[in-house]
Amino acid sequence: MPRILLTLLLLLTSAVALAQTPEERGLEIAKEADKRDTGWGDQKSSTRMVLHNRHGQTSIRKMHNRSLEVIGDGDKSIIIFDQPRDVKGTAFLSFSHAVKPDDQWLYLPALKRVKRISSNNKSGPFMGSEFAYEDLSSQEVAKYTYKFLKNDTLDGRDVFVIERFPAYKHSGYKRQIAYVDKKMYQPLKVIFFDRKNALYKTLYFKKYHQYLNHYWRANTMQMVNHQSGKSTELIWESISFKNGFNDADFNRNSLKRAR
Amino acid sequence: MKLFSILFLILPVLTGTVNAGEWSGSVVLQGQLFNHSPLFQNQPGNNLSLSISPEYYQGWQNDAHSLTIEPFFRLDANDPERTHFDLREFIYSVNRDTWVFSVGVGKVFWGVTEAQHLVDVINQTDLVESLDAEDKLGQPMLHLSLIRDWGTSEFFILPGFRERTFPGEKARLRTSPYIDSSQSQYSSRNGDKHVDYAFRYSHTKGNWDYGFSWFYGTNRDPGFTGGTDNNGQPVLIPVYSLMHQVGLDVQLVSGNWLWKLEAIHRRANGSNYNATTSGFEYTWVGILGSSYDLGLITEYLYDSRGNLAPTLFNKDILLGTRFVFNDTASSEVLLGVVIDPDQHEYLYLIEASTRLNDNWKLNVEARIFSGLNPSSPIYDLRNDDFLQIEFQYYF
Repeated sequence: MPRILLTLLLLLTSAVALAQTPEERGLEIAKEADKRDTGWGDQKSSTRMVLHNRHGQTSIRKMHNRSLEVIGDGDKSIIIFDQPRDVKGTAFLSFSHAVKPDDQWLYLPALKRVKRISSNNKSGPFMGSEFAYEDLSSQEVAKYTYKFLKNDTLDGRDVFVIERFPAYKHSGYKRQIAYVDKKMYQPLKVIFFDRKNALYKTLYFKKYHQYLNHYWRANTMQMVNHQSGKSTELIWESISFKNGFNDADFNRNSLKRAR
Repeated sequence: MKLFSILFLILPVLTGTVNAGEWSGSVVLQGQLFNHSPLFQNQPGNNLSLSISPEYYQGWQNDAHSLTIEPFFRLDANDPERTHFDLREFIYSVNRDTWVFSVGVGKVFWGVTEAQHLVDVINQTDLVESLDAEDKLGQPMLHLSLIRDWGTSEFFILPGFRERTFPGEKARLRTSPYIDSSQSQYSSRNGDKHVDYAFRYSHTKGNWDYGFSWFYGTNRDPGFTGGTDNNGQPVLIPVYSLMHQVGLDVQLVSGNWLWKLEAIHRRANGSNYNATTSGFEYTWVGILGSSYDLGLITEYLYDSRGNLAPTLFNKDILLGTRFVFNDTASSEVLLGVVIDPDQHEYLYLIEASTRLNDNWKLNVEARIFSGLNPSSPIYDLRNDDFLQIEFQYYF
């Protein structure tokens, strides 16, 4: 009798597992990835961006960033530009949101002016690079709807392959295919399709390091634009956590004196 | 000021954290090409000029204390009035989460609109720099900001008045007779020593940014009276009076739209007037599937003094189009026109810039004055359509 019960129970659980749709499985992985990347608090970093054009010419951007984790919404961040020299001291404040437009302000040091930016520009290029603003803002579960495609391997690592569809209506993408490492729950590669569903860009995450014994951060992100032949590398030169930032470090006042 | 400079010198020693400050800045070579021959005697054909603005910054204790020094110098080939030096900034700040206190010579910007900056009254305009009045002279100030969840309150004490700069006799883009600022007059008994006061409250709530401001002191905008210079030539003499001003600036962001309003009520010389700038900026990101952005700017400028207003803008409309190319050179072009619908006057403007390499930038600007009436305050500029080209080197 107990054996029958056990068999029945087993059958039932596998039936439940089978009943999980690819959408549910995709969402489950996204939630797990989000859970594992929650609690980092704040982060300070210096980055270098290398822009490559079709003819092999490069130009360099340098900036430093501060961000504050906001649980239940997108993060707050300030980016201060260091190079090219003409934008040195220009600072960008953003409160990112999953589905609605981000709140954004730009500080222009020559005029001492803080300008609000109308914020449907998530799909626009960041600093003339192949990264769009939406590629760089914080990854929230609500940003997409998901569909699990398959288990696979990429460069010898086990990955989940997930298709995701932006929830934000002004996104520059119709869909993305993400290759998520099964150990880190972090993406190794994302393929972007434009609004006409044509292959657009591929983003590679390289040189992952673990911080605070928990959080994984890629040291290099490389975005290749298949349509224009251009590419951009975003390289983290330094990164630190537990800087003691709070909301007061991310407002119009702090933007004006951000260095 | 002497006391402050001593303070600046000993401060790094006191804090014991002397690390080298940072230098940055730029040098600009500027050429101005005028399309018509000058109207008045002593005015040049074209013009060439060089300016330098280095900036020094030193922070201590993680920027809890900071010192910013920004001198500015321009050398002009023709106009001795435009050859000038200014200390844009020489300011020491104590920065905390809930308050900031600054003392020295500083620069402050208030407002949201593009065509003119009505509420922005702390700094005097350095008008010899540009007709657009965007360049400002450094203002001596004590400035305290209190930063709270419910908004930011700022208190200013402004000792020492700065006179507006005006193009001299040997310049284009001037009135006739020219303005002789060496004979400036004041209605206050204290002359340029009147201590001015200002207050501003500003806050951001959701999609709204708003500010309320109050100012009492010497009017940055002078009136004029007739006179003669040393050579017996007729001149206009600036007259500075005291004023009270309250101002409001509001901005709403809604999708691709930015809605803007600036309004002031000013009392000066026993009379009152109101002025507003209101309008919108619409940004179309990625026009027609490209990576270009297109911005449309419309602003309506109103001054209750009507045609008596000593300003370009009494009932005018600004229409502007901004193209942002989002390329590696950060190229941008702004095309605009200020229209006076009653007088059928048009002021066309072009502003464009592109980065040549990591250190060099090219700026191009043009102004065309069309249909100016003899009653216009800028009638004397009718032959001064110009193209300005700047090569800017950043260090």
